[in-house]
Amino acid sequence: MQRQVNVWAVNASLAALTALLFIASIYIGRGGELLADKFALISETDPDIARLVMMEVRLPRALLGLLVGATLGLCGAALQGLLRNPLAEPGLVGASSGAALGAVLVFYFGFATGTAMLVPVGGVLGALAALGILYLLAGRNPSIVTIILAGVAISAFCGALTSLALNLSPSPYAALEIVFWMLGSLTDRSMAQVWFVLPFMGIGWLLVASTWRALDALALGEDTAATLGFSMRSVTLRAILGTGLAVGAAVSVTGVIGFVGLVVPHLMRPLVGQRPASLLLPSALGGAALVLAADLVVRLPVNGPELKLGVVTALLGAPFFLWLILRARREAP
Amino acid sequence: MRIAVENLNASLGGARVIRGVSFAIEGAAFIGLIGPNGVGKTTLVRAIAGLIPFEGSVTLDDAPLAGLKPRHRARAIAYLAQGAGSHWPLEVSRLVALGRLPHLAPFARPAAADEAAIARAMHLAGVEEFIGRDVLTLSGGERARVLLARALAVEAPLLLVDEPVAALDPYHQLRIMEVLRAYADEGRTIIAVLHDLTLAARFCDRLLLLDNGKMKADGTPAEVLTPENLRATYRIEARIGEGSEPFVLPLRRAE
Repeated sequence: MQRQVNVWAVNASLAALTALLFIASIYIGRGGELLADKFALISETDPDIARLVMMEVRLPRALLGLLVGATLGLCGAALQGLLRNPLAEPGLVGASSGAALGAVLVFYFGFATGTAMLVPVGGVLGALAALGILYLLAGRNPSIVTIILAGVAISAFCGALTSLALNLSPSPYAALEIVFWMLGSLTDRSMAQVWFVLPFMGIGWLLVASTWRALDALALGEDTAATLGFSMRSVTLRAILGTGLAVGAAVSVTGVIGFVGLVVPHLMRPLVGQRPASLLLPSALGGAALVLAADLVVRLPVNGPELKLGVVTALLGAPFFLWLILRARREAP
Repeated sequence: MRIAVENLNASLGGARVIRGVSFAIEGAAFIGLIGPNGVGKTTLVRAIAGLIPFEGSVTLDDAPLAGLKPRHRARAIAYLAQGAGSHWPLEVSRLVALGRLPHLAPFARPAAADEAAIARAMHLAGVEEFIGRDVLTLSGGERARVLLARALAVEAPLLLVDEPVAALDPYHQLRIMEVLRAYADEGRTIIAVLHDLTLAARFCDRLLLLDNGKMKADGTPAEVLTPENLRATYRIEARIGEGSEPFVLPLRRAE
């Protein structure tokens, strides 16, 4: 007998954990310094600065951690369900590579110094361009495999162009800036950037979430799902477009944060009885919790160069994935 | 329910596979769709299931299939694919419950009627004992019954099953055929693609013999399973037993 699963209890616990990490993200600073201590110190001399730190530095950082983590977890779970493949991850759609290229081009042409808003704008334009090309490549009646192959091709091409931009970069400083941005980070982001990407993410989430029941039906294959009343064309379109919009927007503002979309659904799957539809919300919450937690780890070192978030998620994610493989190997009959 | 297929043509990869097939089914019946490999049995079933485009008409109670919304079609026609399986290690009860998806309003939880249909399907298929098991840990015969229970749970007036007994031992073949027979006796129509002619003769009310995309014969098992038909379509000589326990024993390839 499998363990009785209570999806609501899982969701409630994850929501509580995410809320806790969100609050911690606002109150804990570099080297584990508490904002409250700093607040007490600064507010005696200048209360406005303390409020400023809170609203303009900590809040956007925590919000982005929440939004980006939820996006990666949700889209990873949806794509794994759509493709019925546990190795699927949001980057397969090609939009995240498009977003990275768009943002890198902004750095390359030196626009990034003018206003910080241009990086996410370039990223979102890149993601939309990648999705447009994907649509053209996929043809009129695309199979899921065709779409994913087209996505992989777009990813590879965007990756090549990103490398080219680095290669031809006008100055070592610009190259360094691009490399550091691509490592993924939530620091020094503004509320304006949060407001800019939020609509893209919101629409993406709704599109992805609307496929939930079809993802359950897809456990039995595309034909069976179609005879259970789901239009596979519509389901595929919603899942891919939604993932592209949400993940493209996420990458535009934070750079590439790997492994979250791949690992989190694996963590959650046993907790919800393996059902793809029940996996979406826990994966979104788990993704948010993981990114917020990793962003706390990033702040721990007091001295030296700043750790990048994408580095930490990969450092945490890869060994965890190995552990999952070893466990699966042990349990295999 | 009245099902009418008229002059159905369907193509696969540019090649015409089904050529002008017509038949009608009135009321409850267990229909066997038979014929050699590659004559278009699966294509015909997939066309009726609405999975591939076709020319001609398929009507359910005089309503054209093409005009039905996917959800309505899903309630009218249940389909069990050849070699169906589950991609995830789902619990058996959850897998069978997927058969109720066409009946659920968006965001609605399964109602008492759905739970009752799931229970009936599991009872009919005899899979209650596996209720909390992971479907991927079951044997081939057990899994086949669980997947059949999923299709039964739709409680559609028309059930299409593609080779439900392939790769099963004789005991489990009989078990599945008995389930299908009982389901038809509840007042529903079943079209089953079958390769085992003895099982087809024993359990079906009527057989449709397909040959090279055309309807070769349509009638009771005794009418369809004749030495001439078997020689012309299957290219075999067979001993044919009639009466209350009919059988078809292939003897040799026909010259």
